[in-house]
Amino acid sequence: MAPLAPRSGDAVFANVERVNAELVTLTYGAIVRQLLTDFEEVEEVNKQLDQMGYNIGIRLIDEFLAKSNITRCVDFKETAEVIAKVGFKMFLGVTASVGNWDADGTECSLILEDNPLVDFVELPETCQGLYYCNVLCGVIRGALEMVSMKTEVRWVRDMLCGDDAYELKLKLLEQVPEEYPYKDDE
Amino acid sequence: MAVGGHFMEKLKQKWNAQEDEKWGPNIERKERRDMIGVGRTKQYANALEKSLGKGKQEVSLNAFAFLFSELVQYNQTRVDNIAELERRLEDAGYGVGLRVLELLCHREKGNRRETRLLGILSFVHSTVWKSLFGKVADSLEKGTEHEDEYMISERELLVNRFISVPKDMGNFNCGAFVAGIVKGVLDGAGFPAVVSAHFVPVEGQPRPRTTILIKFSEEVLQREARLG
Repeated sequence: MAPLAPRSGDAVFANVERVNAELVTLTYGAIVRQLLTDFEEVEEVNKQLDQMGYNIGIRLIDEFLAKSNITRCVDFKETAEVIAKVGFKMFLGVTASVGNWDADGTECSLILEDNPLVDFVELPETCQGLYYCNVLCGVIRGALEMVSMKTEVRWVRDMLCGDDAYELKLKLLEQVPEEYPYKDDE
Repeated sequence: MAVGGHFMEKLKQKWNAQEDEKWGPNIERKERRDMIGVGRTKQYANALEKSLGKGKQEVSLNAFAFLFSELVQYNQTRVDNIAELERRLEDAGYGVGLRVLELLCHREKGNRRETRLLGILSFVHSTVWKSLFGKVADSLEKGTEHEDEYMISERELLVNRFISVPKDMGNFNCGAFVAGIVKGVLDGAGFPAVVSAHFVPVEGQPRPRTTILIKFSEEVLQREARLG
């Protein structure tokens, strides 16, 4: 059977079951508040959010591959485009733009125009240094790790902290070679 | 709430008038604000300046399911028993409920909220449910044994959609989160109640439905009786 054609983010999003974004916004807010109460330190909260994201990412990649029919990307540039145009769209209903490539093509920015996680949110003074949407970094890192790419993802601009956009820095650290033949479980 | 809104409106008018004086009325206010931002290092986002939106934006159900699953898993690491886990989920939901009440009263009710028992119950059953879960709840019933008990039932509660509870966790129901939301809405509207989520087996169905049991506190019923 011929491989199925890759589907656009819009096409996938149109066909998945959807919920009101406000439910997600408020639930995410509840999670962040709980973490802030439990850990008190914003550093630790950032770490926890990233970890939660990672847990999501390693599972989410399966659904992503199954529904989008995306096959292997030729290079990291294509990977970033696919995340921005298909990945974000498929789950959050928004797209990101990719830019600021470095010379080796291993580091770029993902810029979000719209971010459903931050509606109604205002960070108080006590939360300085909190990367409110850090869960997204973890998701991308986790998902890419499952397709043999070790990456580092961090926030560089955050509108909640007074910047003019939401910008993620995505850096490819290592392409892990796949081991072949695959070992069966002993 | 109405008073607060009025005050904010006045403040905004004043602020706009000051700005008009400074910049002349030709430049759009929004643009000006951006221009002001240029000189400063950082300007924190002000949620009150953004429009509320119609609440029609959507995300994929699975994005929510992933997030909710993390909420449950995280809370599992912080507790020793099921009761505590349910309480923590309820706490998380409570915060959501308070906010949903404020949001929906403003958006759907023109800044008015229900003051009667049946009114607030139908607000939860219809308005809140519809906004959060995309549908009206399957049923709203009055308890047969106690005057102060009401039940909202849902065949397949959205949060329980992808969740199967392990045998050793007994009657644990992730609907505790939704119970918390309901409690938040009721408390915020001045109807304190104890709210809990329970599985109820349904004949001929493989999966039980979830019933949110609402037990109002005495003062609520007394007030209701006074109002006649």
